[in-house]
Amino acid sequence: MTNPLDGLAAALADGSVEIVDLTHTLDPDFPVIVLPPEFGQCARFRMEEVSAYDGRGPAWKWHNISMNEHTGTHFDAPIHWVSGRDVANGAVDEIDPSVFVGPVVVIDCSEGAARNDDFELTPEIIVAWEAEHGSIPADSWVLMRTDWSKRRGADYLNMADDGPHSPGPTPAAIEKLLARNIRGFGTETVGTDAGQGAHYVPPYPAHYLLHGAGKYGLQCLSNLDRLPPTGAMLIAPPLKIKGGTGSPLRVLALVPARTGSGENA
Amino acid sequence: MTDKLLPPKKKNPQLRQMVPTLPPQMRSRAALGLTSAAARGAFMLQHCEECGAVQYPPRDACGSCLSVDLAWRETARDGTVIAETRIHASPDPYYRERLPWRSGLVRLSAGPTVLCHLHGDVKRGDPIRMDLKLDKAGQGVMIALPQERSPDMEDDPQLRELTAHPKHRRVLITDIRSPVAQPLIEALLKAGAAQVFVGESESWRRGSDHAAIAALDKVSVLPLDVSDPSSVKKLAAEIGGKTDILINTARHVRPGGVLGSDTVFAREEFEINALGLMRLAQAFGPGMASRTADGVNSAVAFVNVLSVHALSADPHYGAFSASQAAALSISQTLRAEFASSGLRMINVFTGPTDDEWHQPLPPPKVAPKALAKSIVEGLCEGLEDVFCGDVARDLEERWRRDPKVLERELAGGG
Repeated sequence: MTNPLDGLAAALADGSVEIVDLTHTLDPDFPVIVLPPEFGQCARFRMEEVSAYDGRGPAWKWHNISMNEHTGTHFDAPIHWVSGRDVANGAVDEIDPSVFVGPVVVIDCSEGAARNDDFELTPEIIVAWEAEHGSIPADSWVLMRTDWSKRRGADYLNMADDGPHSPGPTPAAIEKLLARNIRGFGTETVGTDAGQGAHYVPPYPAHYLLHGAGKYGLQCLSNLDRLPPTGAMLIAPPLKIKGGTGSPLRVLALVPARTGSGENA
Repeated sequence: MTDKLLPPKKKNPQLRQMVPTLPPQMRSRAALGLTSAAARGAFMLQHCEECGAVQYPPRDACGSCLSVDLAWRETARDGTVIAETRIHASPDPYYRERLPWRSGLVRLSAGPTVLCHLHGDVKRGDPIRMDLKLDKAGQGVMIALPQERSPDMEDDPQLRELTAHPKHRRVLITDIRSPVAQPLIEALLKAGAAQVFVGESESWRRGSDHAAIAALDKVSVLPLDVSDPSSVKKLAAEIGGKTDILINTARHVRPGGVLGSDTVFAREEFEINALGLMRLAQAFGPGMASRTADGVNSAVAFVNVLSVHALSADPHYGAFSASQAAALSISQTLRAEFASSGLRMINVFTGPTDDEWHQPLPPPKVAPKALAKSIVEGLCEGLEDVFCGDVARDLEERWRRDPKVLERELAGGG
């Protein structure tokens, strides 16, 4: 009997499988989604020192932290959206943990997003991607790469008088992904939907359609440019919050090293 | 003629910074009536309800008829200087550092003859206007001022000791998003402030007028979020040593009572309005308190803008009122803690402000410009409690008269 993990352990040890961190640092000044001020808002990440090897605790340093479930790089559970409120096991503590580790494909929209802040992921782009890389496998994570995570400060939310401008999927694109029975959809922007996503029918199609279908979301991802279009493995377990609608998390990817053949070194 | 106060030279880094000293502090309980009036810019003396005598200094009984029925009342401020003294030697450390010091006897038209501080522009025989001000020890003291405004009179060294004038001082306004920020910057610069730092939270949210403010002469926009301890500490590390006046304009307001609102908005209100004040005070307070004798641009005041409903709740803004009451309470503790340094804690109480969170309310509402004017007046006069606008003044008066009646009236049960 061989242990199937032996191969992974060896690959991690010899560097033929790399671990890529897809997570932003939890920083008090990292942008969160901003809603009209009369609505309740997403709490920013905050950290208060409880002691720092001082009179409040001589030999130890620790902090109290606070945030929203949807602050920083985070996971969206189905019950986050009204369409998913009745999805069975739709809270983060109820989701089968096998969901948190699985194959991931990356659709590169970085060129389009560099040209157009409101760049849309469309069914045509998905079809073209499949023509090159093969069908999106069922039950895989699909990430939309835009290189948006490289933006800093006000350019990240890119707020204007008519709302934020950032790339995202059209309703038809989400329908297309659901037809492939994907596990979930992730982005580099502050939400899975486009900045102007409120103006689609239905509004916020990624949230509405994905969560209505019991699928999951990941947002505020980074380093997607270090992932191959196919063949990587995503590790994205949210905190086990009772009844939680989502959770900040550390997202990692297992990536076959590109240096093996020397072609991308 | 008062000598015009010149901008201070850069500090000599080889000289030790002066440690704050205070004028004498011991006073009778009766004399606290002077403190109470001076704190809000009133001129009040004891009036005997039996014989009508007006007396000074304050005592527990009337000096004419021994009645204990004494009331503090607004009193005419005019008088005549009958004697003047220039003091050249004093065993008291505070006065020793500030010699010569002029004092004199003034006969008030209201009756008493008062030993008081003399402004440089008044001399024996002059008609004067008497003012009650808080000294560095927080005691109500009298200073005889020229009856008419004289040129640069606020630059008089004895008067400047009793005020928190912005001239040549560096001011931090904590929140650029407050509607009062821009008019306040203008009013401070007009009053002679040397530099204005303005805090900007969450620069990733963009603000339409922030670039215009940052482009103003003598104005610097710096990152500051009073709800974030690390941000407050970082800015204090950068500019805490040259913040002479801190004006906290950060506040979070949401309408609604207590029963119908959840605690999410309330938490925001307490985070920013109450704990934000505490974070600012902890980060900037000790540095400012150590610099209250640091020459022309010494640290003088920590200003907090509060709703007048800190005194009595507006049930339509239930959680917000609670956060204001908490902030008022914190400011009182800070005042006690700053007392030994002479750093003045000023509360500017305002009625409903003319902004989006009070939009459906009928006038009168306080315009940002009016609030800015009150804040700067509070500094120039050296007050502790400033009431801005008709609503705030009316509420204060009703609160003094009977807090229970006011509570019932605000509940709509008049």
